[in-house]
Amino acid sequence: MRELGRFGALLSGGVLAAMLTSTAVAKEDMSKWLRPETVPAPKNNQITPERVELGKLLYFDTRLSRDGTVSCATCHNPELGWSDGVPKAIGIEGRQGPRNSPTVLNTAYQRHQFWDGRAKSLEEQALGPIQADVEMDMDLDKLVERLNGIKGYRTLFEKAYPGEGITKETIAKAIATFERTVVSTEAPFDRYVKGDKNAIDERAKRGFALFTGKGKCTNCHDGFNFTDGSFHNLGLGDADIGRYKLKKRASWYHAFKTPTLRDVTKTAPYFHDGSVKTLEEATAICGNGGRFPNSKNLSPLIEDRKLTPEEIRLIVDFLKTLEGEPLNIKAPKSFPM
Amino acid sequence: MKRLIALSAAALVAVSLQAADHIVVQKDKAFHPNHIKAKVGDRIIFKNDDGFAHNAFSDSEVAEFDIGMQKPGQDVVVEMKKPGKVEVECAIHPNMHLTIEVEK
Repeated sequence: MRELGRFGALLSGGVLAAMLTSTAVAKEDMSKWLRPETVPAPKNNQITPERVELGKLLYFDTRLSRDGTVSCATCHNPELGWSDGVPKAIGIEGRQGPRNSPTVLNTAYQRHQFWDGRAKSLEEQALGPIQADVEMDMDLDKLVERLNGIKGYRTLFEKAYPGEGITKETIAKAIATFERTVVSTEAPFDRYVKGDKNAIDERAKRGFALFTGKGKCTNCHDGFNFTDGSFHNLGLGDADIGRYKLKKRASWYHAFKTPTLRDVTKTAPYFHDGSVKTLEEATAICGNGGRFPNSKNLSPLIEDRKLTPEEIRLIVDFLKTLEGEPLNIKAPKSFPM
Repeated sequence: MKRLIALSAAALVAVSLQAADHIVVQKDKAFHPNHIKAKVGDRIIFKNDDGFAHNAFSDSEVAEFDIGMQKPGQDVVVEMKKPGKVEVECAIHPNMHLTIEVEK
């Protein structure tokens, strides 16, 4: 359609008009891939340096778990793509959780949190793993009591949330605020989108064309964060019913949230069950009909697009260009006492 | 040829003479328009102009419905039977939102 429009301009308005139209089309087409310059935050929890500092300390502090051995960073480790590198999360006393640890990266831009989307904000999400028996297994009332017993935290909470005290709510708000600083850095693909045509190589460019074309990957992995937040059953064949657990809505059976592909090279293994070790295999499952094509409620978007092994490698070469420089966030060397 | 699917038999037969149809197009993973003012008895016609399925639903007390997987090109009709505010989402694409304000 757009190509026809360009020819129309060429015929009726001359070469100059055609060039202007062509440029405008190019900008329009690529603009949705541009990283936003700001990070959204709720009105009652705007980002401040004090809140980020407090949230960071809480995020890395193992005292938030019942026995003081597990922190948020245990399963969402900045050195491991803000995930943990294992198929399924391992919490307190070596207990294994039911799902793969999703990356924290760019969760600030997502409306629903967790693989099944059961939390509608980072604040709501933050308190879940603290209480989960397979993660940090901590009673929230006891946590509030524990943190209130630490003078350093009393001071930091007062600076970050004056007059609000140390409560479940302020703990959640602080952790959520820190997580809003965990956003992707500029990747080679971003430089390409901004006009540096040499920022990615020819194989990645061909992979991008397959990603947006034959592979139809953008049906779900759309926009700058490479997810539209949608929920789908990929036909992996495991017993986890996913979002259906929240409500028995037919389309939620075995459905899980589409993850970001930013820094996806760092977050293996893949999918909600961590059953896939490589990007090549993950791409083949999504692009060529799912692991079990006859699965009940298989997403209609999971079709056999007959991607060849070479085409899959090209798409993976493109995905590698989504890896940004590491965020300059390190675990604190000391914690409030 | 587009198919017309009724949510319920009532949606097709109980339309008063004053009832109006409001067309909501699902395109580019958004409802167009995303805000409607309707009256009791009016019909909302959901169209899917995207290249993939949608699943509009509402858990609102005034109009609880779930139209299920709606394939591209299909139309689905939902009648507004009670006054009040109806929040509609897509079960697949939760960033899609539609508000229907239904008056008596």
